[in-house]
Amino acid sequence: MNGIHDMGGAQGYGPVFYEPDEPVFHGEWEQRVLGMFPALFATGQFHVDEFRHAIERMGPIEYLRGTYYEHWLHAFETLLVEKGLVTAGELGNGKPDSGRTATPALAPDMVAGLLATGASARMDEDKPARFKVGDEVRVVNRHPSGHTRIPRYARGKLGTVALDHGAFVYPDTVAHGKGPHPQHVYSVSFAATELWGGDAAPKDTVRIDLWDDYLEAP
Amino acid sequence: MAHSHDHDHEHDGYQAPPEAIALRVKALESLLVEKGLVDPAAIDAVVDTYEHKVGPRNGAKVVAKAWVDAEYKARLLGDATAAIAELGFSGVQGEDMVVLENTPEVHNVTVCTLCSCYPWPTLGLPPAWYKAAPYRSRVVIDPRSVLAEFGLKIPRDKEIRVWDSTAELRYMVLPERPAGTEGMSEEALAELVTRDSMIGTGLPRQPGKA
Repeated sequence: MNGIHDMGGAQGYGPVFYEPDEPVFHGEWEQRVLGMFPALFATGQFHVDEFRHAIERMGPIEYLRGTYYEHWLHAFETLLVEKGLVTAGELGNGKPDSGRTATPALAPDMVAGLLATGASARMDEDKPARFKVGDEVRVVNRHPSGHTRIPRYARGKLGTVALDHGAFVYPDTVAHGKGPHPQHVYSVSFAATELWGGDAAPKDTVRIDLWDDYLEAP
Repeated sequence: MAHSHDHDHEHDGYQAPPEAIALRVKALESLLVEKGLVDPAAIDAVVDTYEHKVGPRNGAKVVAKAWVDAEYKARLLGDATAAIAELGFSGVQGEDMVVLENTPEVHNVTVCTLCSCYPWPTLGLPPAWYKAAPYRSRVVIDPRSVLAEFGLKIPRDKEIRVWDSTAELRYMVLPERPAGTEGMSEEALAELVTRDSMIGTGLPRQPGKA
């Protein structure tokens, strides 16, 4: 979706705010939100692209007002209700309707192993690669209302396949419960002048990771 | 150095009151614990991992080893995930790693314009500025001015290669080894490697400087 999250190339946000000796967390609430991420993903009830899409659906004012971990908090609340793990009423009053009805998916003694292993999105392809390193490609000019990982600044632009990373889960379908449809992801190199016009520095490039379905022959 | 001031929590000047958010988080955690969905001790263990065990010192060890060991560097540039795992670093948000070598011709810098993807096993959790609008919006369209805010002047005739991590690959920069470090131990070299030098918004420290 053409949401506020798609920030590449936007102007007017001011200088980078750099905090010297920044702590890992700015408060206990940030710690708890971070810790809920693996604890809730371990339930197997939602995919990381559903989580990203829940953030994208926040609405621009709330998105800009909130920090990173507030976005996460919002996504947890949204998905827990949508997946039926928590009711809107329970979320509102902070109390379960019928006591303890589940067993935690992530036990403390599983944490180290889970964090050291993760969950790769790499899969065996179910469609062959249509492009190879060195090919010229054009990014499709597509504006889906759902989840996608094509940044707006790349749509319709001409680039060159620089790397073939192998096949990965396809976000546009998995975020909407429509299956993984694994396909190749390429690092596509774009001249800065192609993306931003003739004032860009002549040798600068931007490399964007794009799924096979995001590309077409020029 | 980029813009900064003393008020730690006002990252962009428009943050919601933290007390309200803190209460919302407490309410959610207590609900999830009472329902049996989450074990608070598991949350404690996750927090402890990223506060005390996983951080940019991991990535610094990878860089220092690549500087002193040409065969390791070749493995790192060929299959970063496996080479990083050789040093014991792996897992969440680093399942599929790519390492980008800076050269006299190319300066690499990483960003996630769509969210906040970042290589946790080697760099830890991302700093607030990496996740905020100014960096995410500007570094793809105007990298030179963003890097200048970090004190990094890249001449216009040198390629800046910006990597927008829109997929599940996680990127880390291998900075150039500073001059005058011949004969330094791997451990001493690792001390020169900053977090920002592995994002591409900084360079390693010069030897003998804090």
